[in-house]
Amino acid sequence: MRFLLGRVVQGALVLLAVSFLTFGLGVLLPADPARMVAGPSASVATVNSIRRELGLDKPFFEQYTLYLTKLLRGDLGRSYKQSASIAELLISRLPATLLLMLGGVLCELMLGLPAGVIAALRPGSLWDRATMGLAFLGISLPQFVLGLGLLYVFAFIYPILPLGGYGTAAHLILPALTLGIGGAGWYARVVRSEMLEVLGQDYVRTAAAKGVSRGGLIVRHALKNALLPMIAMVGSDIGVFMGGAVVVESVFGWPGIGKLTWDAIRVVDIPVILGVVQLSAVMIVLGNLLADLAYPLADPRVRYD
Amino acid sequence: MPCATARAVAIPRDRLAPLELVDSPMTRSSSPRTAARLAPRWQRFYRDPSVIFALIVIACLLIAVVAAPWLAPKDPNASFAEGLSDAGAPVAPSAAFALGTDLLGRDLLSRVIWGAQVSLFIGLVANGAAVLIGVLVGLLAGFYGGWLGALLMRFTDLMTAFPVLLLAIALTAILKPSLWIVALVIALLNWVGLARVVNSQVLALKTREYVTAAHSLGASSGRVLLRHVLPGLVPTMIVWGTLGISTSVMLEATLSFLGVGVQPPTASWGGIINESQTYFTLAPWLVVFPGLAILLTALAFNLLGEGLREALDPSSRSSRVGL
Repeated sequence: MRFLLGRVVQGALVLLAVSFLTFGLGVLLPADPARMVAGPSASVATVNSIRRELGLDKPFFEQYTLYLTKLLRGDLGRSYKQSASIAELLISRLPATLLLMLGGVLCELMLGLPAGVIAALRPGSLWDRATMGLAFLGISLPQFVLGLGLLYVFAFIYPILPLGGYGTAAHLILPALTLGIGGAGWYARVVRSEMLEVLGQDYVRTAAAKGVSRGGLIVRHALKNALLPMIAMVGSDIGVFMGGAVVVESVFGWPGIGKLTWDAIRVVDIPVILGVVQLSAVMIVLGNLLADLAYPLADPRVRYD
Repeated sequence: MPCATARAVAIPRDRLAPLELVDSPMTRSSSPRTAARLAPRWQRFYRDPSVIFALIVIACLLIAVVAAPWLAPKDPNASFAEGLSDAGAPVAPSAAFALGTDLLGRDLLSRVIWGAQVSLFIGLVANGAAVLIGVLVGLLAGFYGGWLGALLMRFTDLMTAFPVLLLAIALTAILKPSLWIVALVIALLNWVGLARVVNSQVLALKTREYVTAAHSLGASSGRVLLRHVLPGLVPTMIVWGTLGISTSVMLEATLSFLGVGVQPPTASWGGIINESQTYFTLAPWLVVFPGLAILLTALAFNLLGEGLREALDPSSRSSRVGL
């Protein structure tokens, strides 16, 4: 319990530091936020009144505390270009991105785990080398290339899946694959090395000597322990996926936070970009915290006293 | 490296005077456990088909960079009238244009060859700077410890709370995107993992007998740092440096694809795909060839890095690469 409390406090401190960095970044920018809000044709008087309204004429730390108190109330400021609060924009886009991330994690697990297990069963075999080669390909393939390639093959040449968009389960398949394949390659490699390590342990040999079947040995004794590092990996995926979501959502026209970011990039809507960075830091901290919580559930030897 | 270690094999370990052990940086990387096995390990490295493949790809890449003006059949930025069909569409690969042309009628082969310069520049300069930062932060924090170490490592922890790709996108979008900004952003973001590994290695190296011996013989802390600790980090630096090239090349390509990387008309692989992505169903070669170039480059440095890791530092775990 103490440990978890420590982690929560640590997470809160990280978020505080992130908010300071993000805010500092916004202030250091060459562009004048008041001018960006007012638009290029606004008069100097309008720009000045907007500057007062936004509190931009106040000293740095006063501005930061103001920003922080607003942040704690969930107020991330307003977009330069869209007349909506950033918090509203993010919340309306969050479900689509979470769905995409869920699909990405499923794809990582469903492709990466079996590949890693199969490769570990006969190290050095053709199967092993083929799966590990594929894993390296998956890791080295940039998402936008993979996404466009998948679209070309499965939506254009053989039109079995939609050419992007959002709605049904069929829409999710290609974006989730694109998001998850790099991680799947990485998972396959980790599972393989974990399995090889566990399969060499004494207790596995003991179980084999007792007459446990090969299948039972692999599933009940080896796999159970080899999968433990996956918990932390899934927890940290959220952070990895936040960047990937920008690419995948822009390729597939997926209406989530990544698409919001991409649209914001093209019109240099800085508050939205910074808001996404802020949100993703929250999600990373939450993801790691969830992994910490899940550990003792999966492995009774882990206990936080 | 291999020949120096081969000499270490010839000297039986018990004949080595303690002082020699202290003074030669080579004795660390060829500790008794590994000395006898090092030669076969390097043999395996040079015979590994994936390493050979990687070296061939990297050699081609280097040739493309150095000899671009002679290799590229055409000016990469010139639009050709015959490079567009009557309807104004890009031309498919043909005798005149080996890889076809892009939306402006430019020769794709020449653009892909010239694009290698951007990737290699990012892979060497940006990634080199990131390795330098990572080693410096990890080394100083681990070696001197105290408030400096705490400060540096807490900052490193903080950096892991940012997703690298997203932050790179945000930074390059906010600053004015250009080749140098991309290099700067990658250098400023890609050092975090290495700093953590170096830090833990330095903490372990610091307690080794030969370091204590050097200290007690009166060596200054700067000398101990440079002569006794830093050489022990070389394998890690080489492996991370190589894998980092792959990550930075993919990062640059992704940023250029999103339009916040290298700006047109400079040819970059990600940028070529960015310019032509709305057209890719009609002109798939515009995605396939630059995409293949990125894939092969990233793959080659990943495979080489893994091969080097197995040869230099087999006990270490592989680290997550890619995006």
